[in-house]
Amino acid sequence: MINFLQNVIDALSLGSLYALVALGIGLLFGILRLVNFAHGDFITIGAYSLILPSTNVVATMVIGSWHWAVLIPVVCAIVVVVAMATDVFVFRPLRRSSAPTLMIASFAVSYMIQNGVLMMYGARPKAVNLWSALTTQVTIGGLREPVLQIVTIGTTIGLMLVMSLFLKHARWGVQMRAAAEDFLMAQYLGVRGNFVIGLAFAVSGILAAAVSLLFLAQTGALSNVMGVPLALFAFVAVVVGGMGSLPGAVVGGFLVGIVTTMLQAYLPPDLRVFRDAFTFTFVIVVLLVRPAGLIPSRSIAERV
Amino acid sequence: MQSDETLLHDRPGLLAQPQAAELKAENVVVRFGGLAAISEVSLTVRRHEVFGLIGPNGAGKTTLVNCLTGFQAPTSGRILLGREQTTGWSPDKFRKNGVARTFQAGRLFREMTVLENVEATAVGLGLGRRAAAERAMAMLDWIRLAAQANRIAGTLAYTDERRVGIARALILSPAFLLLDEPAAGMSDGECEDLVEWVATIPQRFDCGVLLIEHNMRVIMDVCARIHVLDGGRSLAEGSPREIQENPAVMAAYLGMEA
Repeated sequence: MINFLQNVIDALSLGSLYALVALGIGLLFGILRLVNFAHGDFITIGAYSLILPSTNVVATMVIGSWHWAVLIPVVCAIVVVVAMATDVFVFRPLRRSSAPTLMIASFAVSYMIQNGVLMMYGARPKAVNLWSALTTQVTIGGLREPVLQIVTIGTTIGLMLVMSLFLKHARWGVQMRAAAEDFLMAQYLGVRGNFVIGLAFAVSGILAAAVSLLFLAQTGALSNVMGVPLALFAFVAVVVGGMGSLPGAVVGGFLVGIVTTMLQAYLPPDLRVFRDAFTFTFVIVVLLVRPAGLIPSRSIAERV
Repeated sequence: MQSDETLLHDRPGLLAQPQAAELKAENVVVRFGGLAAISEVSLTVRRHEVFGLIGPNGAGKTTLVNCLTGFQAPTSGRILLGREQTTGWSPDKFRKNGVARTFQAGRLFREMTVLENVEATAVGLGLGRRAAAERAMAMLDWIRLAAQANRIAGTLAYTDERRVGIARALILSPAFLLLDEPAAGMSDGECEDLVEWVATIPQRFDCGVLLIEHNMRVIMDVCARIHVLDGGRSLAEGSPREIQENPAVMAAYLGMEA
C-alpha cells in the first residue's frame, strides 16, 4: 500500500511536469495553430542559463548559485525573452502561413537552439547541483517522499491556478481566450493580435522556465537535448487531451505521466525497457476511442 | 452601477462614434477569376435608416457586404465612408471607423460564455474589465439575453446565437451595422421578432443598418429603402412598395416565392 502511494506521488510529480509543458504547447497551439516543438528547447535554455557559458566539463554556477528569490525571476525573464524573440524573428514573419509551415519553422528554431547550446557549452552533459536541499526526504505517515516531488506538484497546481484566474478574469486573459478560439474574428473585434500572441509566448516562456528548474533539480544533469523528450511527451499529452483545449492539455499531461510511472513500476522487469512502447500503445487506444482527444475543443472540432 | 439606459447611451471618449453620414458603394465590381460575383453595383446606406439588401442565393449579397466592410477588395469601383475613400482599408480599419458587421455563421467564441463574448469585444476597445462587463451586461439586458449571460455560447439556440452576434457588433458603437442574413434558418415567427427588434436599432444606437435577407416578406415592413440584387447585378432600388410592384423583381422572385 505504502509502495503504491509512493508510486502515485511519483506519477503525479512526473505528470505535473508534463502538464506544465503541455500547457505551454497547448496555449500557443490554441492561439496560433502552432505546434511549437521548440518549447522543449526553451526548457533547455532555462536550465543552461544557470551556468557560465564555457565548454569545460565542469559546470560553473553563476545565476544558479543565487538565492532562489532572485534566481527564479531571472531565469523566467531569460526564457521569456527567448520565447518572445522567437515570435518576433521567426513566427511573426510567418503569421499568415499554414500550420505545417509553422511547425517546420519550430523544428528549425529547435535545432538552432540545440546547436547554439552545443557551440557555447560543449557536447558533454554536465552535472549540476541545483537546490540539493530539496532532495531530502520527508516522512508523512509511513510515506517517505523527497521534498522536491511535493514542491513540483505544488508549483504546478499554483501555476495552473494563476493561469486559469488570469484567463478567466484578467482583461488580457479574456482576449487571449477569444484569440485562441477564432483569431481572425477576435482581431476584427479589436483584440490586438500581435500583442496577444506575444503575451502567449511570454506565458509559455514562464511555464518553460518553471519546468527547467524543477526538472533540473530532479535530474541534476544538463544536456543540449534535455528538453526534447519533455516536448515530445507533452505533445502527445496535448493530442490525448484534445488539441486546442487547455484543460485537455493538463489532463493529458497528468495522464501520460501517470501511465508512464505506473508502467515503470508494475511492468514485469523484462518488459520495462519497452515502457514507452506501452505508453504510446495506450495513447493509440485513447485516440481510437476518442479521436478528438479526451476534452475536445468545440471551436477546433468545428473548423476541421 | 449605472442604469442600463445610461450605459447604452453614454460613450466614453474611446468609444466615440464616428460621424460619417453615409456608407456608399460606387460602381463596385468583384471578379473571382473570370467570374463576376458583382457587376457595377452602387448603393448608399444612410445613418438612421434600415436599408434592405435582398436577392436570391448567389446574388452577391455577402460579397457586397464583404466589400463594404473591408473583407473583400473590389476589383474596380470604390467604397466611400462619408467623404473618405476606403481603398486598401483592412476590416479592422473599417471597424475602427464605425462599420461593424455580423457573419452568417455567427462566429461566436463558442467556448466562452455569452457575457464574455460581448465583454471580450468591449475590452478590445480599451475598457477595463469591470466597465466592459457592465456595458456588456447592459447590452445583454437590452437584447433580452441577460438570463443566458453565463451560458457557454456554443450551447445557445440558433436564434439566440444571432442576437449575441448582433450585441457583439453593437457594443462597438458603430455608425453602420451590417447584418448578414440574421434571420437565416429561423421560422417565420422568429424572423418577424428579430426584424421588429432590428428596426429599433437605428434610433436606439444612432446608426444605419444594412439588413441582408432573402425572404422578401420579412424585410418589407422595416426597411425604408430596399436594394435588390440578382446574379451580381442591381435589379432595382426603392421603397418596399415600389419593389413589390417592380416587374423585374417579381420575375426574379416568382420561382422562389411560389
